[in-house]
Amino acid sequence: MKLIVAIIQPDKLDDVHQALIHAEIFRITVSRVTGHGQQEDQELYRGEEVKPDLIPKVRLEIAVNEAFVEPTVTAILGAAKHGEGTIGDGKIFIMPLEEVIRIRTGERGGTAI
Amino acid sequence: MLATQRDPVRTFVPAALLLLVLGVAMCVALTPAAATTLPEQPPVDTGATAWMLTSTALVLLMVPGLAMFYGGLVRTKNVLGTMMHSFAAMAIIGVLWVVVGYALAFGPNVLGGWVGFDPGLLFLRSIDTTVSTGGIPDLVFAMFQGKFAIITPALIAGAFAERVKFRGYAIFIALWSLLVYSPLCHWVWASDGFLLQAGAIDFAGGTVVHISAGVSGLVAALYLGARRGYPRIAMHPNNLVMVMMGVGLLWVGWFGFNAGSSLSSGVKTAQALTVTQVAAAAGALAWVCIEAVQHRKATSLGMASGILAGLVVITPAAGVVQPAGAIVLGFVASGLCYGAILLKNRLGYDDTLDVFGIHGIAGMAGALLLTFLIRAGEMPEGRDVIAQLGVQGLGVVSTIGYASVVTIVLLVVIQKVFGLRLGTTAEGAGMDHELHGEQGYGLLNLN
Repeated sequence: MKLIVAIIQPDKLDDVHQALIHAEIFRITVSRVTGHGQQEDQELYRGEEVKPDLIPKVRLEIAVNEAFVEPTVTAILGAAKHGEGTIGDGKIFIMPLEEVIRIRTGERGGTAI
Repeated sequence: MLATQRDPVRTFVPAALLLLVLGVAMCVALTPAAATTLPEQPPVDTGATAWMLTSTALVLLMVPGLAMFYGGLVRTKNVLGTMMHSFAAMAIIGVLWVVVGYALAFGPNVLGGWVGFDPGLLFLRSIDTTVSTGGIPDLVFAMFQGKFAIITPALIAGAFAERVKFRGYAIFIALWSLLVYSPLCHWVWASDGFLLQAGAIDFAGGTVVHISAGVSGLVAALYLGARRGYPRIAMHPNNLVMVMMGVGLLWVGWFGFNAGSSLSSGVKTAQALTVTQVAAAAGALAWVCIEAVQHRKATSLGMASGILAGLVVITPAAGVVQPAGAIVLGFVASGLCYGAILLKNRLGYDDTLDVFGIHGIAGMAGALLLTFLIRAGEMPEGRDVIAQLGVQGLGVVSTIGYASVVTIVLLVVIQKVFGLRLGTTAEGAGMDHELHGEQGYGLLNLN
């Protein structure tokens, strides 16, 4: 089992969500986050150009069985890019997942995902 | 670099046009007016004037109310861009009305009565000191009417919310105000307007404001197409609390809109104020009852929509129906609008904030049904119900026909010349960041 964490641009959430559904990955957790990577943004405040230190992003958390790791990554890669790819499009982190427990039934492991 | 700097031609053309118009108008304005001795004019009626000043302020209050109502209904990324649509109308029409809009709407007939014009009314020069026969300074009347001119194009913005460029929108409402609003306003409210002459009853703007905005909104929504992902992706309101505050401000402001349209402070004002209150309440009651039956839940957005439907339906009828009639109108309006929105969802077009579904449908219902609920003695002389219904129908049909034809021409021209529909990437990123370089709710995210 793996936990896939993806940081993407907020405007790509709809596309990525649709791509995941298309790849039959329905169980995701989404949160609004702020952070800073390579991208620099620009906003306006009373005529002044302001570079925010932290930029809004969206974080997806998806727990998957091994067979679904590549389809998930492919779906996100296909949908989260702006054009041919732009600085700020985001990152995908994949980490081993030790255990999954469904609270309702107490069942553990791959079937609980 | 900002997006606007990439395309100097398109950026400077509107600015140059604006300066040209202003420059010409300034030349007119600065030539001294002929020194005429003013004819005897009626004394100022301080009571009526005080109420009209209050009404003017109340109608202006509806514009930030509308900004909150629309702003709360869109997604988080578009809240500022949507509120800017209402505020832009205050800025643009606020200037345009004084420069030329009032002269077009309330000057004497020109071009066969298509519109009015009086060069003396440019910059409101000739009414600086005049008082109307009702004892109200003409400047107060011009400003009161100016608020109607501001809110009408702002209403349309709800139909194409979340997907237009700010510059194209600004040009659209300026031209729409001159080419659609001023003529319609002239037909219905100027003393020599053809619908007023025909005896059409439109007390506070059911046709001029609501039907014209509703129909133009529908045409714009159909022409510009749906938002990306609509209706597949659920698009939730970002802030229903703000929607409720907005509709509350609209209800309060509507007392100025309707009761102010009596252009007096007396019995007629009291009648209009009473039925405005009653119809809004009846509309809200009916809407939440329908929801309670259909879904077993009364929603806050349903309450807000019912209030709005009731207020719109009573607008043309406020001077001529009694409280019982207002209750009937409020109930009927909510039923019709509720049905119209269900039908819209079936048909699948994206009138985003239901400008046609509420303003168009309730406006038409009010303009036509008032004929059956009219107070004894208010019927124009020598008319029976059917004859008056025909005249009301003429008003409705001419408004729909004129507003839709001119709107589609404006949309096509503006889309081709300046661009109106937002591009896919910009629409995805949201209007706030993309068009305005800001965020509506920065505090919800650490930055």
